[in-house]
Amino acid sequence: VTAARALLTVVAVLAVAAPARASEERPTMAELESETVCPVCGSTVDQSNAPIADRMRAFMRARIAAGDTKSEIKRSLVAEFGPSVVEPAPPKEGFDLLAWLLPALGLAAAAIALGVAAVRWSRRRDGDSGAGPPADPEQNGRPPGDAELERRLDEELARFEG
Amino acid sequence: MTYALRVGQVAAVALVAALLGLLAWKLAEDEGRRESGPAPSFRLDRLDRDGSLSLASLRGKAVVVNFWASWCVPCRDEAPILDAAWRKYRDRGLVVVGVDVRDFSEDARRFARRYRMSYPLVKDDGTRVEREYGITGVPETFFVDRQGNLVGDPIAGPVDASEEIERRFEETIQEALG
Repeated sequence: VTAARALLTVVAVLAVAAPARASEERPTMAELESETVCPVCGSTVDQSNAPIADRMRAFMRARIAAGDTKSEIKRSLVAEFGPSVVEPAPPKEGFDLLAWLLPALGLAAAAIALGVAAVRWSRRRDGDSGAGPPADPEQNGRPPGDAELERRLDEELARFEG
Repeated sequence: MTYALRVGQVAAVALVAALLGLLAWKLAEDEGRRESGPAPSFRLDRLDRDGSLSLASLRGKAVVVNFWASWCVPCRDEAPILDAAWRKYRDRGLVVVGVDVRDFSEDARRFARRYRMSYPLVKDDGTRVEREYGITGVPETFFVDRQGNLVGDPIAGPVDASEEIERRFEETIQEALG
């Protein structure tokens, strides 16, 4: 059993690692374009029509043809344009740090609100089932009605039948 | 329940107010284009030869700092005017420095050869220097006097965009030369 588990683990690791290695050693244009940023417009290169994005595409095509790995191509682009060219996400510093913090804070606030609501809902259900008067079999599961309303309803029915 | 609702409403209003505050802080933090005071310093690798060039090394000279890129169409027409100014005033102590931004170095060198840019050319370090000057696009030109201070109004766009801008370009060079 232990050997079978070890074999499964190795197969699983290989199944994940093989495509990643292929992507690193033989990157495609689509991968590189979606993982790099146009330094002029800030969109990923595959979304950009800026002239410099055209040049970047030509550069990537030439480097792929020359056999460069994905890391090598990205390093060359960083050397030309700075680290922001391979960081589609906002930088993790200064004001831009908020772009990372706010979603996490929002999720935490939503989780807390959901938790509080769930606790309240659960308590109310407990209160409804235990504390109220015993149910009247004649009500057939319906909540007790307004006494005055029921009296008028009986009168109307009696008049109708009489 | 009413109490919880009220707390929720207060929290929502506080959140919106906090976000508005952050927006105001961000707007206040953005300095925009630098137009006066000491020119932001830089030491950048040269494109036209080996080595680097710092603004500090040009103290005592008037400097025209021109931000450009090889993919910038108006920069083609502007380059000969900048080169002519550099040749005309260099004996009086003017240096034109072209700062290439968001560009491939090889494209920039090819552009410089094609448009005969003989003045010193450097390449920005990522986007650091352009951010310190607060440029909004290329081309954009700043003027630095002999004491290292920005003078005149920066020219956003080509220096030959109109007769008025060409005149301002000349006048501000004279002001920088002192």
